[in-house]
Amino acid sequence: MPHLTTYIGLADHSEKTLADSFQAVARGHDGEADVYHTCQMLAEWSNQHRRDLAPIIERYGEDDSVEEPERLHASGLVEVRSGPVGLLRDLQDLHVLASLVQTTWTVIAQGAQGLRDRELLEVATSSNAETSRQLTWLNTRMKEAAPQALIVTP
Amino acid sequence: MSDRIADVYGEPTPHARGTVWPARVDLHLQPGVAEPDVERWVQSACLLCSNGCGCDIAVKDGRMVGVRGRAGDVVNHGRLGPKGLYGSTAWASSEDRLTRPLVREHGRLVETDWETALGQVVARSKQLLAEKGPLSHGFYTSGQLFLEEYYTLAVIGKAGIGTPHMDGNTRLCTATSAAAFKESFGADGQPGSYTDIEHCDAVFLFGHNMAETQTVLWARILDRTRGDDPPRVVCVDPRRTAVADEAERTGGVHLAPRVGTNLALMNGLTRELFEHRWVDEKWVDAHTLGMDELRGIVESYTPDHVADICGVDADDVRRAARIFGESSSVLSTVLQGFYQSHQATAASVAVHNLHLLRGMIGRPGAGVLQMNGQPTAQNNRECGADGDLPGFRNWDNAEHVQQLAEAWNVEAMTIPHWAPPTHAMQIFRYAETGSISLLWISATNPAVSMPESSRIRKILSGDQCFTVVQDLFLTETAELADVVLPAAGWGEKTGTFTNVNRTVHLSEKAVDAPGEARSDLDIFLAYADAMQFTDQDGAPLVKWRSPQEAFDAWRAVTAGRPVDYTGLSYDQLRGASGIPWPVNAEHPDGSDRLYADAVFPTDTDYCETYGHDLLTGAAVTETEHRAMAAGGRAFLKGAPYRPAHEEPSSDYPLLYSTGRTVYQFHTRTKTGRSRSLNAAAPDAWVELSVADADRLGITEGDWVRVESPRGTIEVRARVGRVMEGAVFAPFHYGHWEPTGDTLDTGRRLANELTMTVWDPVSKQPYFKTAACRVVKTRDGDGPAPAPTSTASAPARAHLPRTAGGAATRSEVLTETPAYPLDPSQVTPVAAVTPGDA
Repeated sequence: MPHLTTYIGLADHSEKTLADSFQAVARGHDGEADVYHTCQMLAEWSNQHRRDLAPIIERYGEDDSVEEPERLHASGLVEVRSGPVGLLRDLQDLHVLASLVQTTWTVIAQGAQGLRDRELLEVATSSNAETSRQLTWLNTRMKEAAPQALIVTP
Repeated sequence: MSDRIADVYGEPTPHARGTVWPARVDLHLQPGVAEPDVERWVQSACLLCSNGCGCDIAVKDGRMVGVRGRAGDVVNHGRLGPKGLYGSTAWASSEDRLTRPLVREHGRLVETDWETALGQVVARSKQLLAEKGPLSHGFYTSGQLFLEEYYTLAVIGKAGIGTPHMDGNTRLCTATSAAAFKESFGADGQPGSYTDIEHCDAVFLFGHNMAETQTVLWARILDRTRGDDPPRVVCVDPRRTAVADEAERTGGVHLAPRVGTNLALMNGLTRELFEHRWVDEKWVDAHTLGMDELRGIVESYTPDHVADICGVDADDVRRAARIFGESSSVLSTVLQGFYQSHQATAASVAVHNLHLLRGMIGRPGAGVLQMNGQPTAQNNRECGADGDLPGFRNWDNAEHVQQLAEAWNVEAMTIPHWAPPTHAMQIFRYAETGSISLLWISATNPAVSMPESSRIRKILSGDQCFTVVQDLFLTETAELADVVLPAAGWGEKTGTFTNVNRTVHLSEKAVDAPGEARSDLDIFLAYADAMQFTDQDGAPLVKWRSPQEAFDAWRAVTAGRPVDYTGLSYDQLRGASGIPWPVNAEHPDGSDRLYADAVFPTDTDYCETYGHDLLTGAAVTETEHRAMAAGGRAFLKGAPYRPAHEEPSSDYPLLYSTGRTVYQFHTRTKTGRSRSLNAAAPDAWVELSVADADRLGITEGDWVRVESPRGTIEVRARVGRVMEGAVFAPFHYGHWEPTGDTLDTGRRLANELTMTVWDPVSKQPYFKTAACRVVKTRDGDGPAPAPTSTASAPARAHLPRTAGGAATRSEVLTETPAYPLDPSQVTPVAAVTPGDA
């Protein structure tokens, strides 16, 4: 199952990218108090998903033999944009990254079902549920920010 | 003659469980006025805390000269507290009342006429609407105005301008109450009643120093705890308050969780109910959703784990849970210790969970009182001056928006409903960045009451936002405004307001306002006229001129909603007592409590919200809500505990928490102008525990500097009864002094130190979770100016008890009046077993 191993690696990698990006947005928009605090919390969630996954990665072993398709990689947010429209765009980028994480967990959960790997299924399912909450928060926050950013910002 | 500064609660009237609370009429007249001198008594209710006591205003020579409790009122049975007695009327004839409008010219506020002042507001408003549109306007109002004023402002904001940027200072005091109701029950609305006090066998006060914040309600509880068959009291508070003393005296428990850990404690109590099978499973199955998820969330919160997180004794957690689990009728009350603290909504919802798990809601004695901080906060929430849609309508429900569009005869698109309304902290953020360019503040003083004061001052004094302030006095906030409008206050205008208990009172105009001051309603109407806001047919949008007409318009839009006023009229409110809503054809005399039928307003088409993720604040969608098919069942919702945003560190090793004293209200606008009250608590202080004071070499009355990463105050220290590791500061004191002096704000303004951070669901700022350090600066020359008769009492110094209030009169009535809807009088209380329902 080299491809499942690849996807497990992708989950680990994309959760890291998401966590780092949440942190970057928190730091970059620290004037928005709720963004600052919530993004830090959501970064922690992603880091926890990686910790939950760690024993499974160990079990399956690192498999570098399969070339990871380039397009599965999404680069994270290293630098944030400034201002209200910048915040909106950064939240959108986080949403894209979190969507990649979510579909990755969905795919892994399918594989885990096929393999009857209960431990992996549990990690994939519970992480997926929290990714949904991350996405829902991003969506809620974008909806709140959008009118002011799009219409009133000079 | 009694000194109600010394004797805060007045003469006790203890009585047995299940019997009516006796009546006692309290009265205070200003010095030099005797009862026969009073020319008129004018019906009203007290504005100086959220309790909502019915009272009459004494009038002599065109001035308000005192107050008297209304014996027949269901709320107070004639009583008044010290703030109401001493603070209700003194401010009105104060020499520094604003009597003319002010405008800023060359950096200074100068007197002008209404035409000029309002003209400037209207010109700026029109210009901004043309250039930037409705989202350039923000409104920040109060918990002190009348229902008619909130509703009028809500219509102007939503249907005239079309801005979602409207909130009240209720965001700072009561937003969590509303949010918690919405999450658990689907809509705002107090389930319980004050009459639950007469029938309960346990009272739980969660973060609620009722002895100081609602003294008349606390007197009502004392009359039970000192009578036959008393309830046990359980107190959750990091300070050793009078409530905590009463908990110990009644065989209850005082739990003092470390500041910021309420939710861990609540999860522990919830887990105990499951562990000991104190859950009414039949009732829970029939009337709630989410029990299994909740059980999973609280699973790990064993008493020992909770003890570790909260710094409480594990056995105390067990004992408190046992009292909840084994009592037949529990009344819970909740206030700022939960609302203004970490994980506010989740912790307040957890109180509902305890009641729902035990099926203890909707019958006498078994109730929840999520308290309010202010007397008219409830109306702010009902009318939508907090940004919500009027009548507990759901902004995310197109049909609800359409109902309002029809009532106001405007396009539904005009009414902002594309996202949740903008909460106060976000409004100030938009004003900070300049995307809100007109901020209109009425009857509130954010320069003193909002967190991180230096930031708020900067926002208000900057050029990026044009600020209008409408108030009784030139407050710390008004000083920074571009236009100041002089407002008429309580007793100078007519209107209604509703207390915690859903009880609606009419407050009649007793005297004329001074000078050119106008009622807030008249100011809003004048603005609407000048702006020429119209409906779809070109008729004026706001179709009323008088308070009574505004009330009638409001009644009409409440039809079919939980907050149903349709059966109420001014005439009915001129009776002996205030009347609790809903008042309609089914309940013509009002309703003492909600949810007697265990049917909650959670139906997807009826609810006020689809709910939120308690940890992130993310909104549940309509589709998700519909899939849950709540259909009248209440939600059991939980969340894990998370550490607070700012934990103590080596630089800032202590926890900083702000709060109140019984003798002052808010930023002292009224209480500071009462000699009796102000003398009892004349200046700021901080409270330290004995252990921390000893370690820091601080003794009673020493001057200390308290610093957080955001600011500093320098005040005198009371070595008092806070828990070790915590520092308590009263938030009342800005730079205004009744003597006319002004003090350096950094000297004593508690909010210099607080953080800009808020609850993810209720958006209520957290005033009780910041880190600080304390350093002694110099010796004091006497005790701290803190009251010694309340929770700020010294731990070991023997100081004279606070006293010195002017004379008041109090009379216990030998015959108790008949109180409509009072279960002690109406019908014998049926022995309802939860589970029969």
